[in-house]
Amino acid sequence: MIWDWAYTWDILPELLRGLVVTVQATLVGSVVALVLGLVLALLRRSRLAVIRIVTGGFVEFVRSTPLLVQLYFLFFVLPSLGITLSGFQAGVIGLGVHYATYTSEVYRAGIEGVPRGQWEAATALNLPSSRVWRSVILPQAIPRVLPALGNYVIAMFKETPLLSAITVLEMLAAAKGIGNQTFRYLEPLTLVGLLFLLVSLPASFTVRRLERRFGH
Amino acid sequence: MDTDKLADVVHVEPPAAREMVRFDKVVKRYGDNVVLRELDFHVKPGERITLIGPSGSGKTTILRLLMTIEKADEGKIHVDGDCLTHTRRGDHDVPADEKHIRQVRKKIGMIFQQFNLFPNMKVLRNVSEAPVHCLGLSRGEAEARAIELLELVGLGTKVDAYPSQLSGGQQQRVAIARALAMQPKVLCLDEVTSALDPELVAEVLNVLRNVAASTDITMLCVTHEMKFARDVSDRVLMFDKGQIVEEAPPDKLFTQPEHQRTRTFLRAVLEEH
Repeated sequence: MIWDWAYTWDILPELLRGLVVTVQATLVGSVVALVLGLVLALLRRSRLAVIRIVTGGFVEFVRSTPLLVQLYFLFFVLPSLGITLSGFQAGVIGLGVHYATYTSEVYRAGIEGVPRGQWEAATALNLPSSRVWRSVILPQAIPRVLPALGNYVIAMFKETPLLSAITVLEMLAAAKGIGNQTFRYLEPLTLVGLLFLLVSLPASFTVRRLERRFGH
Repeated sequence: MDTDKLADVVHVEPPAAREMVRFDKVVKRYGDNVVLRELDFHVKPGERITLIGPSGSGKTTILRLLMTIEKADEGKIHVDGDCLTHTRRGDHDVPADEKHIRQVRKKIGMIFQQFNLFPNMKVLRNVSEAPVHCLGLSRGEAEARAIELLELVGLGTKVDAYPSQLSGGQQQRVAIARALAMQPKVLCLDEVTSALDPELVAEVLNVLRNVAASTDITMLCVTHEMKFARDVSDRVLMFDKGQIVEEAPPDKLFTQPEHQRTRTFLRAVLEEH
């Protein structure tokens, strides 16, 4: 089989449209994962044991079941409960919630890494607890976990092809569609790999720079 | 450092009770280890007391209980007429909730061995943050006062520095300004020079001497600096095994200690210096 350049240029625009969907899903999914992860991390430190236990159970459950099963559940089962989501909506919720359980652990490590003396100083200054979190703890905890959070965003980006299983026309679905029509899979699938690489490499580079800047 | 100026900047409200701090049968345990055994003592308004004793004798624990960093297992702590540890509900005293603790705690400040400045904030914000959020000052007022205090501790040129850019002695002086900015009635000093290089100790102690000379702040001080204790304190309390072994004015306690335990402790400390 010989590489067909004319065919390559022909299919590139469609693959790039798929890439846009992939990037959009990653960005929206990341926002969900980064925000919900922080919420979960804070809930796991709640003074109320019930909240701690329920949150811990939720995190364990989501982490211990495959993302694909969760995506199927959101897309195929929820409609029977009266909640119908588009493939993209189900996809970003699935990705976001799944990765939130990972980022919550990252945040937790970051929070626990803030020295005890910082909490004590905040107590001695009588700062209200919401202010302690906003001004003292999180500004110290988050910078040091940015590289770890960045790695999860990249990992999520590479998992977006799973969304093709729930009808989202992301890059891999686009490539497979092209292949099915033309019976040529070499060019579309190779391009998919290259395009993933094209985004992942600069992203990894950025994470490494963050590590150097905030690394300990 | 201008002591009159310091008195202008740090307004300490007059005391509301005859005792500024009172410990009533306070017990603190860590597992099986009893650190404080039914400790009773009080401090009068404006009084400066120094707590001395071997490590593990419970001195620092007293400051940490007073600052509410740790909770007493039994007993009550009163500050300026208010109970810090309990509130009254009907006929019973129940453990105080966070709201009550915050109300009483605003009268207390603390300076730590490791400074504990907030590394993510510049010096100015370290000193002005709590007055904005706890005393209700505007950002402008809080910063103006912070600048005055920083000038008084000799750090007027460092307002825009981060703590990591300062020496240990400078950091500790910022910590003093930060505590004073909250206008505390009681100040806890927990081995504030122990983490400093020897040549930086004097600058910190001088600032504290001036605070003692020019304000009415009640001070509880845990220190191994016997000369400072002698200069500043009205009363020295010798601790051992969670109890007060002996208490006396510094001149008496340092020159004619009555208790054998005090004598051996002082001998050991003075030999070390």
